[in-house]
Amino acid sequence: MIKPPKRKDVRRADRVFFGVIRSLSALIVLALVSMGLFLFDASELAIKKNGFVSFILSSEWDPVQDAYGALPVIFGTVVSSLLSLLIAFPLSVGIALFLNEIAPAKLARVTGFLVEMLAAIPSVIYGLWGIFVLLPWLRVHVQPFLISKLGFLPLFQGPAYGVGMFSAGLILSLMILPTISSIAREVFAAIPRIQRESALALGATRWEMIKLAVLKSSKGGLFGAMMLGLGRALGETMAVTMVIGNRAQIVSSLFAPAQTMASVIANEYAEATSDIHLSSLALVGLLLFLVTFVTSSIARILIWRVK
Amino acid sequence: MSESILKAENLNAWFGPVQALKNIDLEFSPHSVTALIGPSGCGKSTFVRCLNRLHEEVPGATAQGKVILQGKNIYDVAVDPVLIRRKIGMVFQKPNPFPSLSIMENVVAGLKLAGIRRKSILMEVTERSLKQAALWDEVKDKLNQPGTSLSGGQQQRLCIARALAVEPPILLMDEPTSALDPISTAKIEELVVQLKKNMTVIMVTHNMQQAARISDKTAFFLLGDLVEFGETSSVFTVPREKRTEQYITGKFG
Ligand SMILES: Nc1ncnc2c1ncn2[C@@H]1O[C@H](COP(=O)(O)OP(=O)(O)OP(=O)(O)O)[C@@H](O)[C@H]1O
Ligand SMILES: [Mg+2]
Repeated sequence: MIKPPKRKDVRRADRVFFGVIRSLSALIVLALVSMGLFLFDASELAIKKNGFVSFILSSEWDPVQDAYGALPVIFGTVVSSLLSLLIAFPLSVGIALFLNEIAPAKLARVTGFLVEMLAAIPSVIYGLWGIFVLLPWLRVHVQPFLISKLGFLPLFQGPAYGVGMFSAGLILSLMILPTISSIAREVFAAIPRIQRESALALGATRWEMIKLAVLKSSKGGLFGAMMLGLGRALGETMAVTMVIGNRAQIVSSLFAPAQTMASVIANEYAEATSDIHLSSLALVGLLLFLVTFVTSSIARILIWRVK
Repeated sequence: MSESILKAENLNAWFGPVQALKNIDLEFSPHSVTALIGPSGCGKSTFVRCLNRLHEEVPGATAQGKVILQGKNIYDVAVDPVLIRRKIGMVFQKPNPFPSLSIMENVVAGLKLAGIRRKSILMEVTERSLKQAALWDEVKDKLNQPGTSLSGGQQQRLCIARALAVEPPILLMDEPTSALDPISTAKIEELVVQLKKNMTVIMVTHNMQQAARISDKTAFFLLGDLVEFGETSSVFTVPREKRTEQYITGKFG
């Protein structure tokens, strides 16, 4: 006869298990808090000297002149991230719809796998590919074409360097595409089958079914997917540093070099010698930390709500 | 007997390699209510889903044979299932209003698909359909609230209104009352009898009394076969088949 395990033993296993989980979670929280504290501590000098608000609002970043205003790198981060979202979001949703709603199961599995692989490629590889393949192609073909056709817009003026905001946005869009599309696929998969069937039974075509039963019910989740992509784009460092041109400036043309919060830190930390330079970089880091933390938290909450 | 409006001929259906329906021949005459009965898993849902070509939307599911709607085989290669489904309404077992749409938007969803956009028409149809589905009085003051804010029984009547809004000549109902309380059930039964004036109703039910109360004809399915089909009164009183008698007297199923 099989004896049921004693109640006490079961409880103990539970206790050990939850104990381990609890300590691990505590460790993670501790690491987060320690990062925040470190950044806060390291940026104290910059805050004292320039003031937090004027640091954010002044538009001159020039270490040679000891001028540390964060506006240009905030501008670079926001514009490159938005540009990447503008490209990656519709593309990712389209891919997710195709894979979940249209493609035959086998094709969906293979393609889905390939898209997810994009997320596994190290950032520095994106950067190298950008420098040696994407940038020359953009410089020779795409940018001159855009300048000649849309050059009357301030967005597409000036010489075609290859490096710059435009290229960074493109590379970023490729990097956040798997993040957005895999979340979008989860969001779509959470919609019950019967929803789609009732749309079809009413005489909806496939596309009408997608609009009525799939897209309309997944607005919140898709917004979450977008925010998660944004969180990744804001903080992405290596590839951006390699292709953005690294000049902290606020100009209207997307083809001009720029600088982001992440790339300025990666670029200048090693060579920064003065205390105020180091401290200013830490302050940029603190800002980035807070912004990505908030963005990703909002994203997670939205996605949780769907599931 | 009048010419049939819908007719299955030698209909077979599979889920992958598993056959769920075997050589079904069944006719439905206009302005009649037909009850489909049989034990769980015998293929009733599969059968009604073959009638509006919804079966094939399940991955791996296939169907073979003919379904003649008003003289034309809906399984002809040239036939677009979308157009068929606009003529054959369907109500599912589980109430399933579109969660992102309001009560009114749910009712007129089918009309919008058909390209009808005029506000006055939509309003008119909303009122007519909701009245038909015996829901109007309960929701007339909150047409803009989400369809999912209603109770289960109300949601099911909303789904019926949604199906009725496009005035299909045929209405399929797959156990429409199995999740409902007796009062909502009674309302829906009454509605079905009313609907006969304008359409043909085909209804799956596990409830023998319900089948006896509201249907003109009854079809008994067993393990993918159609065992018996005839006037409801005779199927329930003098069934031709031993297996039918055993089922309706509760010997199995
Ligand atoms: N999605 C599916 N995949 C595989 N097999 C299925 C699927 N749906 C139904 N079947 C099988 O097809 C057969 C008929 O199922 P169907 O749903 O038509 O039965 P039913 O008569 O409607 O039963 P119930 O009264 O329980 O609703 C069953 O044997 C079932 O296991
Ligand atoms: Mg069923």
